Parts: sequence; C-alpha cells; structure tokens
Amino acid sequence: MTVEDPDSTAPGARTPAPQSAAAARSGSTARPHGDLERYTALFAQRTQVMKSSAMRDLMALTERPDVISLAGGLADTTLFPAEDLAKVLSHMAAGDAARALQYAPTEGMAEIRPCLAAVMAAEGTAVDPDDILVTTGGQQVIDLMCKTLVDPGDVILAEGPTYPGAVPTFSAYQADVVQVEMDEDGMRIDILETTLEQLEREGRTPKFIYTIPTFQNPGGVTMSLERRKRLVEIANEREILVLEDNPYGLLRYEGESLPTLFSLDEGRFVVYGGTLSKILSPGIRVGWTVAPAPVRQKMIIGKQGSDLNSSSMSQLFVAYYFQERDWRDYVQRQSDVYQARRDVMLTALQEHMPEGTTWTRPKGGLFVWVTFPEWVDTTDLLARALQHDVAFVPGRAAYLDGRGGNSMRINFSGVSEDDIRTGIARISSVVAEQMELYASLTGTSRPRSGGTGSTEPQSDPGTADAPVVPLRTAGRRRSNG
Amino acid sequence: MRVAVLQGGRSLERQVSLQSGQRVEEALRRLGHEVHGIDVDHQLVRTLIGLRPDVAFVALHGEDGEDGTVQELLEVLGIPYTGSDPGSCERCWDKIVAKRVLSDAGIATPDAVSVSSSALKQLGAADALKAIGDRLGFPLIVKPARQGSALGLRTVRKPTEAPDALIAALSYDRRALLEKYVDGHDLSVSVLGDETLPIVEVHPRDQDPYSARYTIGQTTFTCPAELDPSTKAAAEALARRAYAALGCRGFARVDLLLDRATSDLFVLEVDAVPGLTQTSYLPVSAEAAGISFDALVERLLELALGDH
Repeated sequence: MTVEDPDSTAPGARTPAPQSAAAARSGSTARPHGDLERYTALFAQRTQVMKSSAMRDLMALTERPDVISLAGGLADTTLFPAEDLAKVLSHMAAGDAARALQYAPTEGMAEIRPCLAAVMAAEGTAVDPDDILVTTGGQQVIDLMCKTLVDPGDVILAEGPTYPGAVPTFSAYQADVVQVEMDEDGMRIDILETTLEQLEREGRTPKFIYTIPTFQNPGGVTMSLERRKRLVEIANEREILVLEDNPYGLLRYEGESLPTLFSLDEGRFVVYGGTLSKILSPGIRVGWTVAPAPVRQKMIIGKQGSDLNSSSMSQLFVAYYFQERDWRDYVQRQSDVYQARRDVMLTALQEHMPEGTTWTRPKGGLFVWVTFPEWVDTTDLLARALQHDVAFVPGRAAYLDGRGGNSMRINFSGVSEDDIRTGIARISSVVAEQMELYASLTGTSRPRSGGTGSTEPQSDPGTADAPVVPLRTAGRRRSNG
Repeated sequence: MRVAVLQGGRSLERQVSLQSGQRVEEALRRLGHEVHGIDVDHQLVRTLIGLRPDVAFVALHGEDGEDGTVQELLEVLGIPYTGSDPGSCERCWDKIVAKRVLSDAGIATPDAVSVSSSALKQLGAADALKAIGDRLGFPLIVKPARQGSALGLRTVRKPTEAPDALIAALSYDRRALLEKYVDGHDLSVSVLGDETLPIVEVHPRDQDPYSARYTIGQTTFTCPAELDPSTKAAAEALARRAYAALGCRGFARVDLLLDRATSDLFVLEVDAVPGLTQTSYLPVSAEAAGISFDALVERLLELALGDH
C-alpha cells in the first residue's frame, strides 16, 4: 500500500528537495545541482503534493520479515487452494490461449461481466452486465472518477478518515478534499449537509462524494440504512455524484446485509466501484465500475489513455474460475477465517490496551480503527513500535488535513491469530509505556497497563461527537487508577 | 578494486540509506570497481569475511551505521572504510555528547538540556521542566538525542506543549534534548578531507524553519549560499573546528545556524555519515565545487585507504 503523508508540517525526509526556483532566484551565483536539478525543472505542478515523508519511509520498514505487520490490508491468499489455481489456469490456457495473450476491449471481456454482475447480485444489487466497465483493480475506479470529474481545486467530499490509498489519487488531481466525520452509523449525513450548504455559500459545488459505506476502510463502521437513503436523496436533490466504493460488502461476519447505495438510487447519481481484490485475489487486479452512461463513456476514454484494457489473462481466469468453482464457497471460507481473526483481535485489544484507548467493532471487512488520547502521535508511536517488531498504519495517512494523529488502523485479515495476539500485546505495551511517561510529565495518575483485569465488553457506545464513535473502551477504570 | 557498499539495515532511515547506497553503487561501477551492495543484516560479518573487500563504503544511516557499531566491526575485520572512526561516529550520533564536546572546545552551540525517560519516571524530572523553560525560553526545540532525519523533532511554543513533544522525541530514543531556539539562517557546510565545500543555505517556506527543513517540497536551497566574505570565512572555520573537535575523518556535514539578529554562528550538529541521495546537501555542495558525484565517491575511497 502506498501511504502519503498529507501533513505538510510533518518532519519529512532527510534532506529537502531544491526547487528550480531556488537556482533562478539566486541568479548568476547559482550552480546546477546535478541530476536533481536536471529532472525537477521538468516536473509538473501536481508533483508538489506527491511528497516523500517520514511516515512513508517508516511504512517501508513494516515489510521487514521479523515485523508483525498489522499495517496491511490484504486478503489471505494462502487460503486459496494451489491445485485449484493450477487447474483453472491450465484449462484457461488450453481453451483460450490466444485470447488470453491478446488485447481486450477497453470495457472488458464479455465472459467476465456476468461474473461481476453475479457478485453484485449476491449483495442484492441487480445490474445489467453490459453496463459494467472492467477496471484494473478498484483503485482504477477512483482514478478514472477523478480523471473524468476533477479539475485542480475542485471539491471532493470523503469520510474522515478515508481510504489511505485514495489520498495520493486525490492529491495527484489536486482535488480539495473535505472530510466529513463518522460515527458508528457511518458518515454523519447531518454534517455532510451542513458542509454542502457551506460550500454552496462559498460558490463551490463538490464534484462527488467518495464513500465506503460498508465496513469502511479504515474506520471499520457501516452506514445505516436511514443514512444510505438520505445520502441518495441528497445526491438526487443536489445532482452530485456519489462514488460508492464497496470492496468488502460480502465479507460480513454478523448482522443483516444492507442495500447498496447503488441499488437504492438505481444508478442515477451513484457510481458503483467493485473489486475482486478482497474476495478472490488482489494479484489479478480486477475491479469494475457501473456508472451513469455519460460518466461511463468518459471513463472508458480515460481508461483507454491509462492502460487500453485490463489484463485479458486475469479476466479470462476469473471467467473460468467462476464457471468451474463455487466462488461463493471460497468467499464464505475466507469470511469464516477473518471472523475468527477479528474476534481474536477484539479480545486482545480488550485484554491489553490501556485505559483511554477506544476502538471500533467492525461487523465485517478487514480493519479496526483505534483511537488514543489526544497527545499520542501515532507516527512517532510507529517508530517505537517498530523497535518492538510490530507495525500499523498511522491515522494521519487517512486524512488530507493533518487530522488522525492519535489514531491507527490495524488489519486482522492478513495476519495469523497468534500474530494478532502478539502484535496487539506489543503495541499495547508501547502505548502503556508512553502513558506512564505522560503521567509522570503531567502529574496525572494513569494505570500502568491494561492488564488482564477485565475482558468483559462494555456497552458504552462512547460520546456522540467523537470522529469515530468507539464501540468498546478498554479496561474498566480500576479503583487504584 | 573490490568495494562493499553497506546500506539498508534495520534503522528508521533504511529508505534514505538505500537511496544513498544505490547511487554510490552506480558511481562505483562507472568508475570501474567491482561493486558488492550489502543490505546489512544478521549475516553481515560472515558476508564481509567471505567477500574480503578492499574497502567498505558506509552508506548506512541511522542506528548501527552512524553510531559507530559497523565501523567497530570493520576495524576488527581489518577492512578500511569510508568516513569517521567508531569514537567519532558515536560522538556525532549522540547530540548530547556532541554538544558537550563542542562546548568543551569553545564552539558555540545553542544552549540545551537533556532529559531521559528514566529521569522522568524515576527522578521526577518533570518538576524541572519549568526551570528548563525559564532557562531556554520559548519557543524551544525538542528532539531525540540519537536519531537522524529530524524524526521526532518538534517546536514547542509554550510550556503546555512540552509533554507531547517529549513523548514524541522519547519514542525514538530514551533521551531527549530540549534546545534553545535560534531564529537564524540554516547553513550546511560539507567538509571533504581538509577542505570545506561551498555552503548550502536552506530556505524553508514555512514559518517554522525546523519543521520545514526536512519536508521535501517545502524547502528550497541556494548553493553557494549568498554570504558576505567574513561570514563565509567564519562559517567555514567554525565547521572545520567542529569537525576536528569531534574527531571526524574523510567527510562530514556540519549544520550551522546564523542568528538573524546578531549574526552569531552556532553549530547545530555534525553528521558523520551524511546522506548521498539526489537531494542531499553534501553531493550538491561537491557539484557546486566542480566535483562530480563520481569524483566525490572516488575521493572518499582514497581518503578511506589513505588512513590505513
């Protein structure tokens, strides 16, 4: 995963990049700065926001083999039977070698579209396979959406926190991203409306609202039915588009599934983004979008410019796989494993996290969002955690406005149960150590650690105005606390 | 010549080190050497014994590379290496030690106080924070004693911001430094062998020179810096004195502050294993002196071998 640090005041790389302006300003005394000068003079304006950062360099360390990384967002591909892959691929090669090696239509191959429509139907969303535009991963949907709609300075509304991988895309198109708070029912639609009114007064119309309504990344919360309906109404009333990014919808571990925004809206103002990355394989890079026809047309032209077509081999593989195997069965198998891992993570958090820490309790998906007291900086905390061979995503990666400094995203799908237990225990001990230090600095009394005192979940839903409402809080206040 | 380029490792500056290392490797190949890039790991000593390089190029930043650890091992193995010896690396790497050495040598450096996490937990050092604030004034700078790349560095504008900043700094090291803020021009003087290279002046766009200093895209610089001849000479002399006081060898980068109000010069720190990336000051300075990157790398090898 790429993580950009949106905080321009954060300490960055070792040495700063000179701008060509520096040489220009210093006039005749300036000497060329070698390689760097040669290339930076050619860079586009938008590269100004494509920054190196301390956080990104730290994130690279999370891939060290001795590190337990809760920083990923991966489907566990070890669950896929190798012999199935071998058989399906060999059938594909025997039956369709020439087409697998050939270009494909930009819109996508005919065989794969009914498969993708079937995935949507499994969530109760009916769609005509002909309306599907196959993309290179769900990421390309976000990119094509921006490419089609966003001029520099245009407003995109997104959840706060939002998908960290969308941050570099929004930045590259020089979008002005306004992030709307969430609670346990997803995006706060009342705040969205106030924000829209505010923008209207300023004469700025947002191009689209980016949302992951189901098992939000990184928040781990799901938008309620009532809010889904209201969001669709707002989109229709104001005639603005909504990009519904839905990578995890089928990975539900409890509760009833909710209708997609797309199905509520019947495709008028909601653009649907799907992907097989989390339910089959991120390696095949297969995603798709369903959009109103005029938007879709522009996206197709945009895609031609980007990559002509998504991998023919991947598309045919999917078609063969859906024909020969029960894809739903594989999704269910993954769900069972991820659900167990989620439970282990929530139990470990409850057991180990010091008081003052809160987290979300996702009903599906891959992530838990953890929030510490305000004074904690999770980028610095990550540096400390790496010394203990454990990693997570600092919350700032999920904001473009510098917020999120005291939160982190942790993943349970791609990590074994033992590693989850150990990883959470390590992070907790680092946090507890910082809390002890903070207590000695400020003269406040705090518990030394969460201990094993209470594993009983609390029902306290937390405060209503927190950015993400905590669904569980750590270890009950002890009398000696 | 067979050259081992030591890089990467486990430190927080791994990425910077890999960039430096890759660039050095490319230059060494162009120079016709037999190049072996080594991503430093548990096997390092065994690898070096097997390889028997004529010289090791240390492009390893952060812990292990800058604190003298690797240099010590190279000494034991009898392999000549670029840059300073273990003792000098250790003195530069620890900003608290460096400050003591500089002060003892009569070299001006901003007033500072060190605090350790154990002093805070065990000795009630928090109660001294007011006195420290009174002595250093606000704003003041908080940073880890041992950590490069400005990681964990914060500007504290008022007393209530100090605890958060100390927690941040102490995430990187068990000791932190509270340092008097000097409103000054950022100067970077590279020393190569016996000579100083053209001075780099950094122009942070941000109001806060410390936070802007290390953020790519937030900073511009001028090289050679536009300084009047006496200031330039004083900065060069001060850099050479700091270099000598800390016992540096081969090359180093000396960071100075030129007080805007008084024009006094202060040594901020000395980097014994300066970055050699595309955006690093030392290669930029060398280029301004007409020394190409390849020539710089060759010269560093000569300096390494000359001492052995």
